[in-house]
Parts: sequence; C-alpha cells; structure tokens
Amino acid sequence: MSRSASEDLERLAGYPFVVVSWVDDGGYPMSVATDFSVDPARRVVLLRPAAGKAAAIPSDRAVNVLGSHIRPTPGQGYDERRYLQLWGRATRAGDAPITFTPTRSWGWDESEIPFFEYSERSVPQSRRYLARLSEEKGRTIRPKLSRGWLFLRTTRLPFLSATGIPVLLGIAVAARHGIFNPWLALVTVIGASFAHLAINVSNDIFDTLSGADEANTNPTPYSGGSRVLLYDLVTLRQLIALAGTLLAATVAIGMFLVWATGSATLLVIGVLGLGLGLAYTAPPVKLVYRGLGEITVAIGFGPIMLLGAYVVQAGTLSWEAVVASIPVAILVALILYVNEIPDRVGDAAAGKRTLPVRLAPSVVTWIYLLAGALAFVVVVGGVAAGILPIATLAALVAGPLVWQVYRGLTRFYAQPYALMPVMSTNIKLHGYVGLLLLAGYAVAIAFRLIA
Amino acid sequence: MAWLPPPVERLLGEALVGELTVIGTAGEPITHPLIPLYDGERVLMHSSTLFSKKLEHIKRNPHVAVSLSDPVALRGLTDRATIQGTARIIEDDPHSQWEQLVLDLWRKKEPVIDAFLKMRVALPLFFERAVIEITPERCLYWPGGDTTLVPQESRAPRGRAA
Repeated sequence: MSRSASEDLERLAGYPFVVVSWVDDGGYPMSVATDFSVDPARRVVLLRPAAGKAAAIPSDRAVNVLGSHIRPTPGQGYDERRYLQLWGRATRAGDAPITFTPTRSWGWDESEIPFFEYSERSVPQSRRYLARLSEEKGRTIRPKLSRGWLFLRTTRLPFLSATGIPVLLGIAVAARHGIFNPWLALVTVIGASFAHLAINVSNDIFDTLSGADEANTNPTPYSGGSRVLLYDLVTLRQLIALAGTLLAATVAIGMFLVWATGSATLLVIGVLGLGLGLAYTAPPVKLVYRGLGEITVAIGFGPIMLLGAYVVQAGTLSWEAVVASIPVAILVALILYVNEIPDRVGDAAAGKRTLPVRLAPSVVTWIYLLAGALAFVVVVGGVAAGILPIATLAALVAGPLVWQVYRGLTRFYAQPYALMPVMSTNIKLHGYVGLLLLAGYAVAIAFRLIA
Repeated sequence: MAWLPPPVERLLGEALVGELTVIGTAGEPITHPLIPLYDGERVLMHSSTLFSKKLEHIKRNPHVAVSLSDPVALRGLTDRATIQGTARIIEDDPHSQWEQLVLDLWRKKEPVIDAFLKMRVALPLFFERAVIEITPERCLYWPGGDTTLVPQESRAPRGRAA
C-alpha cells in the first residue's frame, strides 16, 4: 500500500536489516542483505556496501530495497507478517555508505490490513490470472471446491438454524394446544428450509450483481454473503438454476401444505414470506437498500415462519404464536444487525442503508443492548400475562449473552475479524433462547399430557 | 544431482521465509517474501492465484533470485545466501497440482498447514496455487552472514543450468 516517502522511511527504520536487489549484467536478479540506516532529513537510506564484485550494489540501474519481518510461532507457522519494499537509485561517493533515494514503495503489514482482508482485496487479481491462464491453456480453469463444501457455502446451510427455531416453536405452540400432525410438521420443516436456502441463494445473486459483495473486503464466516459467484466457484447460470430449483421446491411444498390444510391464511403467509425474502435484495424493491433489512428479517424469520408452522398444524392464527415469535424475531434481526457491522463500509459503498451504515457506533451498540433486553422482557411479559407457559422463563438463562455481545461490540466495533467471536456468541444467543423456549414448551406439553 | 553447498541446502531446509526477486515489466527487480522448499535439486516456491502478479512476471522473464537472509526466519541460522536461477511456473491445475508437488515438503516445514487446508471452504482462492520451480544456476554464500566479506561463489555444473 503506497504511503508518503517520509512514512515509508520511518517504517523501514524499524526493520533490522534490508535485502537489496537489482538486475545484474547477466540479466538475473541479484540480492544481498545488508545493514542500513535512514536519514529522514534527506529522505534517503544509507546502505552498508557489500563486498565482492557479484554483490556490489550498482548505481546505474533501478534498485529494490526490502525490509521483511515474521515471527515464527512453534506449531502455528508464523505471524506478525509485514514487509516494505522501496524502489529507487543508489549512488556512492568514495568510501561513504551507499545512498539510496526511493521514488516509490509497496508493502503489507497484517497488523494494519488483516490477511483475510488482504486476500479479499486480491480477488480481482485471481480472476484476471485464471482468465489469462484459461486463454493460454485453451480450456476453462476455475477455482474449485468439493461438491459438498460448495453446496454448504453456496446455500449458507449452517444458517438454517434461523428457520428451524421459529418453525419448531410454531409446531410446539400448536402441540401445547393439543394439535400435532407429525407428517405435516416434517413437511413444514423441509418446506421452510427450502424457502430459506432459496432466499439465501437469490440474495447472493442480487448482492453480487449489485456490486455489494465486491465492495465488501471484510467478509467473515457470518457476513458478506457466500461469495461463490464473486470467487467464480460457480457461474451465474448455475446459481440462477439452483435458486430456481430451490424456489420451485419451496412453492411446490407450500402449495401442498395449502392443499393439505385448506388454509387461505397459510397461502397469504407463504406468499408474504417468500415475497419479503426475495424483495430483501431484488430490484426494484431492494428492502435492505432502503433501510428495511432488519425489520424484514425480523418479520420473515419471526412471525412468518412461526405463524406459518402454527397454521399448518392448527389451521388458524393464535395470539400465543404471535407473542412467542417476538423474542425470536428480535434475536434473529439482531444476528443480521451485528453481522452488518463489519459489512458497513461495503454496504455503504453499494448503497445499502442498513442501521450500522446510518447510525453512529455508540447508537448501534445501545440499540443492540435495548433490543436484546426487550426480547427477554417479552418472554417475562408473555408469562406474566398468562400467554406463554411458565417454563419458557428458562430462556432467561441466556440473558447474560446479550451483555457479553454488547461488551464485545463496544470493544471490537472497528475490527471485523476480532468481531467474529462476538458474532458467533450473538448467533448462539438466538439458538439458545430458541432451544430454551422449545424446552419450556416441551415441559408445558408434558404437563398437559400428564394432566 | 545436487550441487548447492551443504550449508546453503541447510538454510533452504530451515527457512520459513526467503526473498524471491523477479523482474517486473519495466525491467525492475520486485521482491516477494515466500516460503522456500527444496527437493534436493530444485528450489520450490508456490503462490496463490490471489497474489499471482509474480507468476506473470516470471512467465515474461524466468530469471529469478532467492535470498536467504533473516536469522529469525532461518530459525537461528546466521549464514546468508543468494541463489540465482531460472524458474518455471507449474499451473496446469491450480486446484490440486501443487498438493502433489509441494504439500509434503510444505507440511514438513510448516505442519500447521494441514489445519488451514481443512478450512479450504473458508478461503478457497488461497488454495488455488501455482508452483514456482527454480533450477539453481549460481549461488553466493556468506558464512556467518557478514556481507561485508566476499561471498563464496559456486555455479551449477555445466549442463545442469536451465
């Protein structure tokens, strides 16, 4: 990364020695390590001459001066990688040290640009290289992943927990009301999963085509999309075919459930859910670009999923299902909300008006704390009002995670990769609360059966 | 048959980082810190397609130099050496060919690579790689690493240069 000449020299001074390189008379590069000092007033580097004709630093051609550092870590490889190279000319008068005057520079310091970000910034170079290689070889050469990993990465399969929890809760609420059809429950889980994967893949297509993924150089395992199109792991045609297949399967299963239950309400919920999911990034609506991403996700992965699953079982709506969906909705929206923090620079560049793009960091973290607390207040209020079973208070056990995530956000807000454990904890918060609510319902259902 | 001086082979065996210098489009030297491997005859380096400009430079001009100079990267060895040679890029299959050619040598020097390789799904382009196979032609060796002393110079036997 280019910097000012004085900054370069200040940085170079931190290296214990330099490697000086040039192209020798035989047309080969030659390198020699030597001691040096920096003269900041003259903006030059003073090099100790090397002995012997072969290693004599020349003064009639371009010279490269490199400072490089790593720290070996036994069993781990190494870290603290950084290097800085300067190009310029060397001159020598008599026995004085060689004077090197730099004219340009390049370097990398992983403490400033983490390796993952450096890699992301280099994706266009990889694409160019493989395109040229394909031309040279006369066949298409593309990056690869095994089919299993590629499917997992393309669909973002691990995020299915965001669907499983509300769907199972909807089924549990119905079971507490004495209604449970296991076959329809199974088909509901499968259909909702297809819907989630279809929406994931569709959103990736739109995010890549809009330039949002390319603008984001800080993706993490939890944010930044699947990037399979950006990395050229799949073609646009393949991705559209996958999205189409998943959508078709979703619609087919949804229509079956509408037919099996005869519920027009389910049809409305299904159309609304799929519509919101696709409109999340799809033009012309592009909800996430209009600052409606968080609320869309809350509705889609809260009330829509939970009420849909409930209606499949019961055929009607229920206030209890609505109340049970609220903490889940808040916490799933908070997953997106926190994951948007490292994405905010790329999102802003792509025109996405997410809350972390629009709000100051301190406001973003406060909103997180308040919203997280609200999820638990709803559980307590629901129990106090006699709507939710008392055993769902078990969800409060996960409450301290809200504080843990809040502290992590305030500490690592501007460090995308240091945020990864915080994002992981935030995802666990949603999962734990969902599972504890389910456990609460299991207890309530057991009591009902015994009674 | 190996001709590099044994102390230089030892440096190659220990080095976690060496400095590969290639010739850029304007004829200027460009240096890249990389892990050097050695199969007893050739120096092997490898590069992700993410950082592949060096490969394009080598394809234009295969003359390269490898400097072994950092006592920290050489795990305490203080000797220094520079090897000049001719490089060949092996890139028929960037997905898996490098694994056949250099993974065993890489693993011996940096065992942690297996853990990273298991996470290939997280950083797939990093593991799309080309191999830089360098045939040494000339070697400068500085016992003790003091480059103010004239280096010991050796060259590949006739017929062994690329």
